[in-house]
Amino acid sequence: MSYAAGVDVGSTQTKAIIIDEDQRIVGRALIDTGANVTIAAEHAYEVALRDGDIHEEKEAVGFIVGTGYGRYKVTFGDTQTTEISCHGRGAVHMFPATRTVLDMGGQDTKAIKVNPNGEILDFSMNDKCAAGTGRFLGAASTALEIPLDELGPTSLRSERPVKISTTCTVFAESEILSWLGKGKKVEDILFGVHQSVAGRALGLLRRVGIEQDVAFTGGVARNIGMVKALEELLGFPIYVSEESHFMGALGAALFAMDHVKSRQAPSRLMKVTA
Amino acid sequence: MSSEQITRVTPSSDGRAETLVGRGNRDGNQLFREWYKELTTAPERGEKAAYVFVMGSLAELLRSFDLHTVFPEINGLQTAVRHASESYIADAEDYGYASDVCGYVKADVGLQMRGGDHPMGRIPPPAVAVYTNACNTYIKWAEIWERMYHVPIFTLDVPGSRTEGRRTWKGDADFDNDRLYVEGQVKELIGVLEGVTGKKFDIDKLRDHMGYANRMSVGFKRVVEVNKAVPALYNGVTDGTVYLGVANGFRGREEGAKYFEDLVEELEYKAANGIGTLHEEKYRLVFVGVPCYPIFRRFGEMFSKWGGEFVGSSYLWFASGGMNTGFEYDLDNPLESLAEGVLVTVRNAMDSMFYSDKMLVDMVEPYGIDGVVYHSIKSCRTVSTGLADNRLAVMKDADVGTLLLESDHMDSRVVSEAQLKNRVDAFFEGLATRKLIAARAS
Repeated sequence: MSYAAGVDVGSTQTKAIIIDEDQRIVGRALIDTGANVTIAAEHAYEVALRDGDIHEEKEAVGFIVGTGYGRYKVTFGDTQTTEISCHGRGAVHMFPATRTVLDMGGQDTKAIKVNPNGEILDFSMNDKCAAGTGRFLGAASTALEIPLDELGPTSLRSERPVKISTTCTVFAESEILSWLGKGKKVEDILFGVHQSVAGRALGLLRRVGIEQDVAFTGGVARNIGMVKALEELLGFPIYVSEESHFMGALGAALFAMDHVKSRQAPSRLMKVTA
Repeated sequence: MSSEQITRVTPSSDGRAETLVGRGNRDGNQLFREWYKELTTAPERGEKAAYVFVMGSLAELLRSFDLHTVFPEINGLQTAVRHASESYIADAEDYGYASDVCGYVKADVGLQMRGGDHPMGRIPPPAVAVYTNACNTYIKWAEIWERMYHVPIFTLDVPGSRTEGRRTWKGDADFDNDRLYVEGQVKELIGVLEGVTGKKFDIDKLRDHMGYANRMSVGFKRVVEVNKAVPALYNGVTDGTVYLGVANGFRGREEGAKYFEDLVEELEYKAANGIGTLHEEKYRLVFVGVPCYPIFRRFGEMFSKWGGEFVGSSYLWFASGGMNTGFEYDLDNPLESLAEGVLVTVRNAMDSMFYSDKMLVDMVEPYGIDGVVYHSIKSCRTVSTGLADNRLAVMKDADVGTLLLESDHMDSRVVSEAQLKNRVDAFFEGLATRKLIAARAS
């Protein structure tokens, strides 16, 4: 059996996925990136190997693709591909009807238009500003002293969400505190925060053109409040997977498997490296 | 200035390759140094300088009064390329200018506060400022000098296109009225210049400078067009910036006319011999906007490492003041023709910023364009507003990949290389996909 691996080194967390020749996920890892990107990549890869119980047969992993901001620090990898291409590929693999992908991570949000093969037709990203990204939710978590994992469920209790007007992540905390000072409920403030982030994401989606179906990927896709806010704004349901957080690593692993298989049929390989 | 250097030159039996290839960049850089030396030493000779801008400098007229031309935009970009813009900008911000004011303006204010001390020499103070309405910031910028130096400033109001695709030409009543409007202002300006210099207007001298400008204009147009060649003969951003420097700094001068005639000779030689700029040209691109000068070389490398080549740019259109039109003056009617030329070229420069989508679409087939790269810059809304819409319009009418980047032309604080690189890499992955899809279809 041959395997392929994808290692997605994000600004906040590093993800690794190992798939077999049938494109089934056999191992995965999720760790905090920390200060040393190369070590994080190595660590995530080792954890994924152990998770798949193939750490004794590393040589069976025929190709490794690095992705994410730290992709060039995946020094043991064979090549690099941007997370934009990887999220597109991963999302279409998971949900074949996907034509638009929204990837929301710790510091980046990307709207990606894809074809039925998961190939990128267009994309748009947030500007040099963390508004509309997971970091905005992180600011709310800090200000309200609520763990990140509880933000979404708490926000779902909202009945009268407030309107968060600032687009600046730094100023978000003070605006949240001012709403608390006015006696607003925590859940109403929180859903307002989610709506604010969703609104920014909607702008990015409109830049590439919203074509259904839409898949929501990246770490923030685990937040059920964000899923609800997005679906309300879009007016239709979106795809979210248990693996959403790993979609970039999955896409990278799928590209890696292309390379493994291209050794038998080279013409299948799409060469996209510089 | 840096530029993509020729990578493969096979020595020719007649020695022409060694003489011609790379001459444009060598001579351009040499002329640039000479220009700044002239500016540095001008006050010692009692010579005066006019502050002007790239979109409608009226250099022909100013030179007929023996005025040097100082281009604050070029001074500014030179500080950025030399990684010195931050300190000039900081001086202006310390004085009170806001962070979102044009980086060129703040670099110039910092320069004036330092008595003209510039990495390339010492910039003389203005005796007069002459500018058009092509950029709204020009007007407020000139008012700064008016207050600093108590010198006359002159706004030449050039009517632009009323709407996209509705240009009028000689013989049309609207055009003729517009030309008369500009001609009246040119005559008024002549009076101002006589007052500033103490010299009488000499129409024959103007005719001479207009003749040099004609030669340059013909050459510049050819330079833009000849890059349809495959592989591209020059990089429209890196090499193009050298050409633009000479086009502005030496407009209306014999050196400038000769430079572009020589450049055409070089590029036509390269075209005939298949000499390009890169080892392997994989993607032919157009650049829209103002370059990212704080990381000028590395910005270019983000594209060239993928085999991306900028075969053209809207910068070559508007930063040349519309010289890509190839407009030639009628030397038998200098004032009338000067007004017509200003009207046609400055209008073209404005259209190149505001209505460039059709121009870009028209480039796709003849230049073999694979992708269009938009560079939106934080501190210049004039060239950046509308780029997002422009991108969508181009994608609707042309089968090309597009990329919208956001940084700045001067302020390194808002240039994030990691983010730029991520977008550029993804853009090329998308271009590879497009080629793959096209290959499958065929």
